[in-house]
Amino acid sequence: MIKKPEHGMTLIVKTITRYTVGLILLFGIYIVLHGHLTPGGGFAGGVIVALSFVHLMLAFGKETAIKKMSEKASGILESLGAVLFVTIALLGLTAGYFFFNFITGHRPFETSFFRLFSSGIIPFCNIAICLKVGAGLFGIFLALVFFKKND
Amino acid sequence: MEFSWHWCFSKKMIEYLLCLILFSVGLYCILVKRNLIKIIIGLGIMEYAINLFFILLGYKSGGQFPILSKENFNIEHFTLNITQPMVDPIPQALILTAIVIGLAVTCLLIAIALRIYEKYGSYDIRDLNKLKG
Amino acid sequence: MLLMPFFVGVPLLGAFLNSILGKISDRISDFIGNLVPATLVVLSFLSLFTLKSLNFTPFVYKMAGWVPPFGICFVLDGLSILMLITVNIIALTATIFSIPYMEKYTDKWKYYTLFLLMLTAMNGAVITGDIFNLFVWLEIGAISSYALVAFGTEQEELEASFKYAVMSSSASLFILIGIGFLYSYTSTLNMADIGKTLLEKPNSTLVGFVSVLFLLGFGLKSALVPFHSWLPDAHPSAPAPISAMLSGVLIKSLGVYALTRVIFNIIGTTQLFLEILVILGSISMVVGVLLALYQWDYKRLLAYHSISQVGYIILGIGLGTPFGILGGLFHLVNHSVFKSLLFLTSGAVEYTTGTRDLQKMGGLSTKMPVTGNTSLIASMSIAGIPPFNGFWSKLIIVIACIQANKFWLALIAIIVSILTLASFLKIQKYAFFGDLKEGLQSIKEAPVLMCISMIILAGLCIFLGLVLLPDIKGFFLDPAVKVLENGVEYSRIVFKNIR
Repeated sequence: MIKKPEHGMTLIVKTITRYTVGLILLFGIYIVLHGHLTPGGGFAGGVIVALSFVHLMLAFGKETAIKKMSEKASGILESLGAVLFVTIALLGLTAGYFFFNFITGHRPFETSFFRLFSSGIIPFCNIAICLKVGAGLFGIFLALVFFKKND
Repeated sequence: MEFSWHWCFSKKMIEYLLCLILFSVGLYCILVKRNLIKIIIGLGIMEYAINLFFILLGYKSGGQFPILSKENFNIEHFTLNITQPMVDPIPQALILTAIVIGLAVTCLLIAIALRIYEKYGSYDIRDLNKLKG
Repeated sequence: MLLMPFFVGVPLLGAFLNSILGKISDRISDFIGNLVPATLVVLSFLSLFTLKSLNFTPFVYKMAGWVPPFGICFVLDGLSILMLITVNIIALTATIFSIPYMEKYTDKWKYYTLFLLMLTAMNGAVITGDIFNLFVWLEIGAISSYALVAFGTEQEELEASFKYAVMSSSASLFILIGIGFLYSYTSTLNMADIGKTLLEKPNSTLVGFVSVLFLLGFGLKSALVPFHSWLPDAHPSAPAPISAMLSGVLIKSLGVYALTRVIFNIIGTTQLFLEILVILGSISMVVGVLLALYQWDYKRLLAYHSISQVGYIILGIGLGTPFGILGGLFHLVNHSVFKSLLFLTSGAVEYTTGTRDLQKMGGLSTKMPVTGNTSLIASMSIAGIPPFNGFWSKLIIVIACIQANKFWLALIAIIVSILTLASFLKIQKYAFFGDLKEGLQSIKEAPVLMCISMIILAGLCIFLGLVLLPDIKGFFLDPAVKVLENGVEYSRIVFKNIR
């Protein structure tokens, strides 16, 4: 007889989660970093990263998930992602236009096609969007789960 | 192109008709249902119908996914050599934005619905009648 | 002219910096929340002077260097600069007002973040030159306003916000369907390019269908009758500076401006469509003011008057003649000023007395002289009493109606104006004049910052009539009228000026 634990789900789910949650996070990061080569990009990868944390919360209970990423941390990461995005856009002004792709051509930023380190500012924008979407979605989930009646 | 029932139910048009039926189902949900959560689900169904309609707009029959890769893109001459036409990528980008917007609206509506349950005690819209006149 | 992306970049950066730094202390979020609209006011005046030196030919800014129609462009012409100046000045007065007012609510940093996001959306919507970009800014502004209406999280506010959110997102879905049909017909998303392509293609019923969809969508956002039923619930429930922003600029920049830009400059007006606009405008005028006579809640009465005055604007624009469009656009600017002032005075009254019911107040102008006098000025403006600004714009609309041989409409406009005067006399009698009630003996004047913003708007009310002098009119209003008059020439002018 397996005793149902007080927090989270049964032992089988917890064991599988220990193996898969890191792989899901890694998969999400892979989709973000290859956003300029394969379909996906910032938003889809960010959703998968958020899902890995939600998976942790569903299997182990909310206290464990809070220890990994607290509400304050997710709030700060989210805003940091957005500030990073707008900063990259404003830096493009140094090369003439807002949002201009200013990482091109000359050394040390040599570009080529269809490689990982190519196409200018697009990978950095993807990383900023992944931070914002991932932390933002997990923050929404935390807010809805931890909603207490306060009068 | 003039209207006829045969054209309406032909192979090209039946997908668009199904989008319209899905949109009407969502609209019916918003107008008739009395539970707050069912109204939110109805709004979601309407959004899915529109996203589907947009993707159908960009489709070319026999088309391939619109991704440049080493096989079909010639780097030196910047030319594209493909055998089949590529599907239009712009509606796909528009739909990505529309999905994010739909997600944000759904999250906000659910948060408001939770607080309404806390303050009023029920999810029925007939009980929300504080504002009159 | 490299300032144009800052209209969108500065408030966006301010909103997210506020989200990180504002949690530390309230003073920091106050500081960021007031610095950003002040910067934007300075930027918009600089853009006005730069555009005047270019003789008001539209300036096209290519985003990221991509030439339109391959990329998104920002277009600054006479109509955009009029809306920009209006939006930013009203936003500055609203943020100055909210420094003392929002002490009554918790989490001030959340308020300023949402406010700056809404300001980004309004600024972005009036300068964009791409139709899907307009939809994105529309949605950002709408979502932040849903959250701001529900900011106090009391019972009524949540109910109002839910109703507003469901109706407004259905309207956005109709706009999205319209954009989809237009894209499938013209295979481009740039506004000027759509205009050019529509001129070359033969007439078809699809364009008429798309105009009806846009009228549904944008008409709900600008609270035309019969799509007005969210407004009397949503605008009173919001905190007072947000009511001023919503009623003063949001329904105009995301509703009336977007409708006129898309219909006049891209699709092209037909006589039938202008007739429909005139009919809807006149029905809105009458329904708004008749329902307002019955209200006893201060802010709900003001919200019904918003519906009525937007009817005036649509009537003026729908007449189609240059004089009518001048009246409509001038009334748009005037209504932003005096309606925001009215909502700010109602906020000051609510801050000191704690109630919005007119029957519980009385004789407030003895204890609150600044609030009483500015509210009197605003009431006289909206009722159309000379020499305040409301009189001039209503006069121009009435003369334009007579010039277009629509005598019944001119008569209806004058009767509605008299009824507006009646309901504002009701507010003045019950709230400000008369005897002070017993429970209200200990109230004081509103805090200094609130009075400053009310005095700024009252000054604008008095002096805005001077805009009709020929020199200043050529500077400010005439270019905007010329843009709408040009109609579908917009596309040719924009393509000539890409640089």
